[in-house]
Amino acid sequence: MKDFIIPQFPPGDDRDMGTKIGTGAPVSLVIDGIAVTVPAGTSVMRAAAEAGVDVPKLCASDNIEAFGSCRLCVVQIDGRRGTPASCTTPVAEGMVVHTQSEKLRKLRRGVMELYISDHPLDCLTCSANGDCELQDAAGAVGLRDVRYEAPVGGRLDNHFARRNGAEVNALYIPKDDSNPYFSYDPAKCIVCSRCVRACEEVQGTFALTIEGRGFDSRVSAGAIGDDFLTSDCVSCGACVQACPTATLQEKSVIELGTPQRSIITTCAYCGVGCSFKAELNGDQLVRMVPYKHGKANRGHSCVKGRFAYGYAKHKDRILNPMIRNSIDEPWREVGWDEAMAFAASRIATFRSIMAASPSASSPPAAAPMRKPIWCRN
Amino acid sequence: MKIYVPMDSAAKALGADEVARAILQHAGARGLDVQMIRNGSYGMIWLEPLVEVDLGQGQGRQAYGPVTPADVPALLEGKLQSLGPVQEIPFLAGQTRLTFARCGVIDPLDLDDYEAHGGLVGVKRAIAMGARDILQEVVDSGLRGRGGAGFPTGIKWKTVADADAAQKYIVCNADEGDSGTFADRMIIEGDPFSLIEGMAIAGIGVGATRGYVYLRSEYPDAIRVLTDAVDIARARGLLGPNVLGSPHAFDIEVRTGAGAYVCGEETALLNSLEGKRGTVRAKPPLPALEGFMGKPTVVNNVISLATIPVIFEKGAGHYADFGLGRSRGTVTLQIAGNIKHGGLYETAFGVTLGQVVNEIGGGTASGRPVKAVQVGGPLGAYMPVEKFDTPIGYEEFDQQGGLIGHAGLVVFDDTADMLHMARFAMEFCAVESCGKCTPCRIGAVRGVETIDRIAQGDTAAIELLTDLCDTMRDGSLCALGGFTPYPVMSALTHFPDDFATQKEAAE
Ligand SMILES: Cc1cc2nc3c(=O)[nH]c(=O)nc-3n(C[C@H](O)[C@H](O)[C@H](O)COP(=O)(O)O)c2cc1C
Ligand code: SF4
Ligand code: SF4
Ligand code: SF4
Ligand code: SF4
Ligand code: FES
Repeated sequence: MKDFIIPQFPPGDDRDMGTKIGTGAPVSLVIDGIAVTVPAGTSVMRAAAEAGVDVPKLCASDNIEAFGSCRLCVVQIDGRRGTPASCTTPVAEGMVVHTQSEKLRKLRRGVMELYISDHPLDCLTCSANGDCELQDAAGAVGLRDVRYEAPVGGRLDNHFARRNGAEVNALYIPKDDSNPYFSYDPAKCIVCSRCVRACEEVQGTFALTIEGRGFDSRVSAGAIGDDFLTSDCVSCGACVQACPTATLQEKSVIELGTPQRSIITTCAYCGVGCSFKAELNGDQLVRMVPYKHGKANRGHSCVKGRFAYGYAKHKDRILNPMIRNSIDEPWREVGWDEAMAFAASRIATFRSIMAASPSASSPPAAAPMRKPIWCRN
Repeated sequence: MKIYVPMDSAAKALGADEVARAILQHAGARGLDVQMIRNGSYGMIWLEPLVEVDLGQGQGRQAYGPVTPADVPALLEGKLQSLGPVQEIPFLAGQTRLTFARCGVIDPLDLDDYEAHGGLVGVKRAIAMGARDILQEVVDSGLRGRGGAGFPTGIKWKTVADADAAQKYIVCNADEGDSGTFADRMIIEGDPFSLIEGMAIAGIGVGATRGYVYLRSEYPDAIRVLTDAVDIARARGLLGPNVLGSPHAFDIEVRTGAGAYVCGEETALLNSLEGKRGTVRAKPPLPALEGFMGKPTVVNNVISLATIPVIFEKGAGHYADFGLGRSRGTVTLQIAGNIKHGGLYETAFGVTLGQVVNEIGGGTASGRPVKAVQVGGPLGAYMPVEKFDTPIGYEEFDQQGGLIGHAGLVVFDDTADMLHMARFAMEFCAVESCGKCTPCRIGAVRGVETIDRIAQGDTAAIELLTDLCDTMRDGSLCALGGFTPYPVMSALTHFPDDFATQKEAAE
């Protein structure tokens, strides 16, 4: 039996736990035979994630409220009818949950088959290849076949083909490249609303909505006639980060390919000090993703840290500590040890001057108050 | 003399306004002293416009119908063939009218007439009882939601009453989008005070001070009548800071929907009422705990709420005495489609489907044999004639793979092509889907295409359609996507021949 869980994330572990964790009194339940205790108000999905059980999901993400729209995360609960969505079902004491059964597998495959029937099958040339939750989910549910096809002489309604035979596909919406940092390609959208909710709940800008209803539902920025650039969007990138597919994608990823390694770092701009995951290919920075366990920013950031990282490779970028004795001297690059020792000695000097001074509020004019070290890393 | 001409929109669609105009014209020309009352409809649609004349000589109200403007001179001269007193027309005489007792009888906007016919007795009794007993009375009545799901109304009210919140709401679902249904509209147009009184009792029972009626825009007459009735109720103290002089505050606002079927689903309705997109919310949280503006909210259908006054007037026991099994009280059947005597028929639960169609409705209007009856709106199963013994009751229909829903029946004769009806069910779902969840958003469109393949003789597509229906039924977020498989699969199961003909023709 697992004890009460206080989430612990080793550095770099930014697994998506599906939903936020509750705040109530401890509740114990059993998921796929694993006993787990979580605070009341936690979803079954989150409890499963805490117990190490991954329930397939597409519309849930742990920095936004559960939505219950993709229907992949269905589970069975002893004594309850049907197949509730685990992301919107709160845990209850003594609950016995099953995340795998023939019925659930069939249902998930059925949902996945529908998704893929309205999705272009161009994974190999897609900018999210290898970094796509839709791809992962199709694999996890074991989708092997899409049986939907057009009736003879008719068409299979879809959003991805420019043309339906000889006709122009009225449902096809071309890519919106207006934003300098990311593009929106409706052909790949699964309408999970994660972007809309991220813009509302994470960023608070309300730039996005879903327009139309039913099969016509599409993500829309601003009012009719707006594109991303003319909308209220502030280019924070929260929507791009939330998107499980290549629909909202950083242009840098489209250009440079999927990043292969990452480093946790701090934004070089302002005093908020947002944590980022700098994602790279070799020494080529591909994108900066706000780090979800960063204490200052909790997975969100502003446009500067997110996209304006051109400084990373700028020739004037300061990469090593520099010191100088006074402002009329040029900066001198030194190692960290020397820099720290220098700073320590200057602070000590300053302290003794202050102690001797009759008024602590008026340090001598020559006091070394100006930044003795310059460094950003 | 008093002449009653319905202002119900079904009667108006059949010419009631023209008849009323002709009556006033002729009476004026002849100097007759006519007092015209625009009443509600009794619900015998094939007799509309049904005009009643009370000569004031003790014979009571004599019914005539259907009356055309050309009949008016004869009507005024007493030469038109009468149907006799309206209450003696067999279709009406056979009914148990509790919810609809006043509908057609009174002037819908005359609060005194309402009171003279048993109105306001219920709310006065409720005020005297107090909240706890109000809730118990509703539980004891056995009333279940008439909007679709049949959830016990008393339990819902108790949940809201027990919730701890500074503000609670009563929301009346008057979106009535189901095909073949019109009971909500009829009661609002014919006896709006019963709804207002029911909502006031609900408010007092659960501790809610505000009520909203979400009324569909396609019902302009109902909107007008209800808005006027609310104004009158407020002016007369039935609504306001002290309901009928009691310490309870309750007021109602009428809001108009924008015309989406899915906005009849309670959570989509609440979103729409809040000014948001009408998409379905995942449950939990239940609207009873986090409803309108996140506050505990009773969402009830018009008929559920309009039945409350008679329960309090006559007592829960009186109401619960009618019915069958766990379906207590009366059901307000709406008989439509290819039927000889269509209209509203209120009767105790337990009457069989066959009785309703063949005896009460008199069979098809076309005179051809009945093929299927869709019960419960566009999400209800097609019931074949073999299931005509099924009594009208929630559990009884459930066991037969059907549902009562809002109790609308649409009758089809043997010319109906059930493959076409299955396709229509999928198409309806595709058009009305809110687009939130995948099984419905994409599934309904795929359903139409797959049925088209079946129509072309592609037998492999039948298995795919069955799988798709499983996915939609078990996977959808709400009953729109979740119940569309019922009409589709019932058509496929009960009428397999209709799904094979094209193939044979092709071979
Ligand atoms: C797609 C859909 C449409 C619905 N439309 C209506 C409607 O028009 N009127 C209604 O009263 N209930 C409708 N319902 C049922 C409501 O969600 C809800 O159950 C009902 O208003 C509760 O009231 P009741 O308990 O009094 O029946 C609909 C449900 C669904 C899924
Ligand atoms: S970039 Fe930020 S502001 Fe712009 S749409 Fe996305 S979430 Fe909203
Ligand atoms: S753009 Fe991405 S996040 Fe937004 S709805 Fe489409 S797939 Fe989901
Ligand atoms: S991302 Fe924006 S808010 Fe955060 S540290 Fe950088 S500049 Fe400051
Ligand atoms: S079943 Fe259809 S109407 Fe209901 S939530 Fe899903 S998409 Fe919306
Ligand atoms: S993850 Fe639960 S419904 Fe999408």
